[in-house]
Formats: sequence, structure tokens, C-alpha cells
Amino acid sequence: MADTRPPPASDEAGEGQELRQTEHGVQVHEVATTTPEREFTVAARSQTQMIVRRFLAHKLAVGSLVVFLIVVVVSLIGGRFWKYSYADITDEFSTPPSWGHPMGTDDIGHDSMAQILRGAQKSVQVALLVAFLSTTLGAVIGALAGYYRGWIDSALMRFTDLVLTIPYIAILAVLAANVADKAGNWFFVGLVLSALLWTYIARVVRGQFLSLREKEFVEAARALGASDFRIMFRHLLPNATGSIIVNATVTVAVAILVETALSFLGLGIRPPDTSLGLLISQGQQAATTRPWLFWFPGIIIVIIALTVNFIGDGLRDAFDPTQTRVRA
Amino acid sequence: MLSFIIRRLLITIPLVLLASVLVFLLVANSGDPLADLKGRQPPVPPQVIEAREKLIGLDKPLPQRYWHWLTNFVQGDMGRTIRGVEVRPLLWQRMQITLRMVVLASIVAIVLAIGAGVLSAVKQYTVTDYTFTFAGFLFLSMPVFWLAALMKEYGAIRLNKLFGKQVVFTVGPESPNLAGSFGHRLADYAGHLVLPTIALALISFAAWSRYQRATMLDVLGADYIRLARAKGLSRSRVMVRHALRNALIPLVTVVAIDTGAVFGGAVITERVFAWQGMGALLVQGVETSDPNILLAWLMVTSVLVVLFNLIADVLYAVLDPRIRYG
Repeated sequence: MADTRPPPASDEAGEGQELRQTEHGVQVHEVATTTPEREFTVAARSQTQMIVRRFLAHKLAVGSLVVFLIVVVVSLIGGRFWKYSYADITDEFSTPPSWGHPMGTDDIGHDSMAQILRGAQKSVQVALLVAFLSTTLGAVIGALAGYYRGWIDSALMRFTDLVLTIPYIAILAVLAANVADKAGNWFFVGLVLSALLWTYIARVVRGQFLSLREKEFVEAARALGASDFRIMFRHLLPNATGSIIVNATVTVAVAILVETALSFLGLGIRPPDTSLGLLISQGQQAATTRPWLFWFPGIIIVIIALTVNFIGDGLRDAFDPTQTRVRA
Repeated sequence: MLSFIIRRLLITIPLVLLASVLVFLLVANSGDPLADLKGRQPPVPPQVIEAREKLIGLDKPLPQRYWHWLTNFVQGDMGRTIRGVEVRPLLWQRMQITLRMVVLASIVAIVLAIGAGVLSAVKQYTVTDYTFTFAGFLFLSMPVFWLAALMKEYGAIRLNKLFGKQVVFTVGPESPNLAGSFGHRLADYAGHLVLPTIALALISFAAWSRYQRATMLDVLGADYIRLARAKGLSRSRVMVRHALRNALIPLVTVVAIDTGAVFGGAVITERVFAWQGMGALLVQGVETSDPNILLAWLMVTSVLVVLFNLIADVLYAVLDPRIRYG
């Protein structure tokens, strides 16, 4: 484990240590007898630090993260600062993009930029909600199945299979039409999506728990009298963090795409509110005559989903301790 | 082997039964199918509503309705829509239209995914690899309806101009009043199929090619590949006979699991190209809360998905001798 980096600054080095040059010109720490002996001469990095460093080395992922954060922030609060509201009707119909309307207007006179900001806000809200809820639900179900095994595992996994058997766009269509009557709002759409998208993460977490539960540290924790709950959530879950975070990221992309598809079919978020999928379905009829109505919402969806997928890819590499190994 | 297949079949029966309960509860609680009839002005006489309830089987308590529906369904009777049309021929006709697209797109996507995945694995970290990787990510991040609309609105016109006559069509699965020789009809079907199939195939291909690349890399890193090279086999022979053959196995499962997703994608693609297929039927069913359409739709597709997974399991066991199924 040769380290070519300069040694840590003296304030980082523990007390009682001093630096000196050896005859070979290599700097080493002289460990004073008062401090515990250390094998390596550099400050050890925590797992988190290593993961962050590996992630930062992934240029595409870092760039994507920046773009994604900008899009999220702008879509969540941008609508308040833009001069038009999504419901405003101006007296300019079907104008191409201009300074007054950077993304043009539709045939009724809505400012497209305001509508896209609103649509993106709804889509992003749904996606973040789904990522949070479905990951939590999936992780808990997967954890229970993997930890307890036996009939709990069988029951939970058969249930997962069951949810997977029906194309989820169909379940969503039926459910969304049902709840949309009452609310038609993003929160219900998000809840419905979460209720179906947890299956993948549950399978992943279960798989990890099945192998983790056999490790010695679990035995040690049990010997110390830790409860099942404590072992699951304090000892095992942190070890599965990597795949959970990666999957949560990818879920954001999936949720955005499913939500927009649902809205496109007219079964998700409905007028008078709007979402990116709805805007595309409205813009599609005019794709050749008023292309801006069709292009902008689509490009926003692609940007969100693409950056999320790149971030997920970067995270997957960052969490993978073997990723520096070169293929033979 | 036979006992393995039978055992797998037996496991799927309770699964399908459970799915049917879930589907039934879902549909039973999704809006009043007769709301439209009841809300009419001037009011419809109550006898008419009662008769209609009887026709679609809403007049009994829930468990009885379920049993009635299930026994009929197993015998192939899927009931009637709220307008009194028989569901089975309707569903069958729509399914033929949609399956045309699904099957063709799946084949195209599988071929593309294997090609792209294997190429980018063999040429890892080259321009080829990066191009395919980027394309994969791009299509993975693209809503299928947007890509479909893009092809319809822009691709179709370009293509037709290129050929100087209309070769690809953008509306419906076939021309209205289609007649003429077999060859003529086939060309017409093909012209209508091209764009939706490409759109659907590109979206499905994305995830599969990423997966194929990963498995191919795994296999290429295995010791037996190094051994094969070391004992003097040519690179191309090792790639095709030793690596590719093994790298194809895991894709079987992934494709089977994704059947439902491809079907879902087809539902949306159809909408863009104004096909009157399963997608239109689903939307119609949801919008009118038509119980028998929804029940039949959901059950038939879930049986299809279960069936594909079963086939994948069996294929997997056949292809990979390491799987023990005794």
C-alpha cells in the first residue's frame, strides 16, 4: 500500500507525532510512545470519504448531479419567480420562442415556460416522493424477508411476485383513475406509484440480507444481546446502504418516466393542473406546426432522467469496492 | 426435467389465483360503472339500471360475484361490456393487433441488445463502447411516447420523401378498406408496423444492451476464457463459441421479466400511432370504469406475464446445466 501523496499536515497528525526526513528522503511519522501504534502513515479515510472521493472522480456523474440539482431547484421554486403563472392566458397565441416567451406560447395563449415549470414541478415532486416512499417500503420488506427467512420470506416474496405479474401501467391506470376522481393531484399519483415500484428494491435488499445475516458481526451483536430490530436496522441496513441509494436514484428516473406516461394517457395528473407528460400529449398534435410545444417538455424529461441515470451509474461505481480492479 | 416443469406450473397456479383476487378487488373498487347511466337527465327508469346491473353481474355480493366471474372466466366467458358487447372477441381482436407490435419489437430489441452489448464489451472503453453506452442511457431516459411521436412527426415524413412515395404510415395498424393481393397487404402491414416497432424496440433495447454488456464482461473475465486462449484457440472462436454462448443465458431471464414492461410500452406507443389495440381498450375500460373489460384485460396480461416467466425459467434450466432442477 505505497502512498505517494504528501503526508498530512502536522495539525492532522496526532499529538505526540513528529515528522522527520529519513536518509532515503521519505517522510515518515515517528510514533511517540503515548499514541497507539499505527500501521500506515496516512490518516485513514472513512468509508464515506472513500465513496465521496470515488464519486467525485466520475466527471460525468458529478456534472449530471449539478445539472440535476439545478433542474430540481428551478422546477420546484422557479414557477414563483417567473412573470407568468401556468394558468395565465396571454393575448399572444401560438408564438414561437421569443424574449417575452422563451419557450413560446400555445394556441390558447398559455406561456409555455410557465406551464413547463409547473409540469416539471409536479413531475419532480412525484418522482422524489416515489423514490423516498418506495425505497423505504421496499427496504423494510426486503429486510424482513431476508432476515427472518422461512415463511415470512416466502409470503413476502410471493407477494412481490404478485405485484410484478400485472403490467404496472395497467394497475396504475385503474388505481390512478380511481384516486384521481377524489384528488387528481400529484400526491395521490405518487402514492400509487410508490405502492408498485418498491418490488425491485425489496428483492435487492432481501438478497443482501440473506448473505449479511450469516456474518460474524451479526453473531457478535446477538451475543451481546441486541434485539432483532437493532440487528436489522443498526447492523445490517448500513451494510446495504450502497445498493439502496443506487436503486433509490434509479427509481427517480423510473418514476418520472412512468408518471409522464400515465399523464400522457390522460390517467395521471389532469387539467387544470399540468405535468410534463400531459404537455407532450397536448403538444403532439402540433408537433410540426408548433414544434416548441412538443420539444421543450420532452427535452426536460430526458434531461432529468438522463442525469439521474448517470448519477446512479456514478454512485454504483463509487459504492463498489472492487471497481478499481482491472479486468484480467 | 418434466417434473421440474410440472412443479413450476403448480407453483404458478396459486399465484395466478391470488392475482385474480387482487385484480377483482382492484376493479370492484374503481368507480361505479353505471355512474354515467344513473347521472343522465332525464333520469333513466330504475328497471333499466337494474337490468343493466344484472347483465354485467353487479347485483350480487362481492364474493359471489368473484366466484361467478372466476368460473366463467376459466371456461372462457369473459362477460359483457357495459354496452352489452361480448368481451372475449373484442379482447382477442385487440390483442392480435398489439401482439404484432410487441413480438416484433421484442425480437428487434433482443437482436440489437445482443449486438450492441457484446460489441461494447469486446471493445470496452473504446469509442464504440462509449457510443453504445451513451445511446443506451439516452433511450433508457427517453419516454417511449416522446420517441414514438418524434418518429411519427419527423421520421415518417423524411422517410417517405426519401422513397418518393408513402412507404411508412403513421395512423392505425393497417390502411382502411385494405384489399388486394397477399403481397400488397403484407407491405401495408409492414409499412404501418415500422415506426411503432422501432420506437418500442429502441426503448426496450436500452436496458437489455446494458445488461448484455455487463454479462459479457463478466464472462470475458472468467478463467476458462483465459484457458481457451492459452490452449491456442483463435480470439474469434473464443469470443463466439466460449464467451457469447454463456453470456446469452442471463438475458433470457431479463427479457422474460420485462415482458410486462414491453407490453406497457406498447400500450403507450399505440396511443401515439392511433392503433385500436389493447392500449385503447384499457383506456376505454378505465374511462368508463367497465368492470369486465378491465378484469379480462388485467387477467389475460398477467397470465401472459406469468407464462413468459415460466418459459424463461425452463429455458434457463435447459441452457445452463449448472442449474439443478431435479
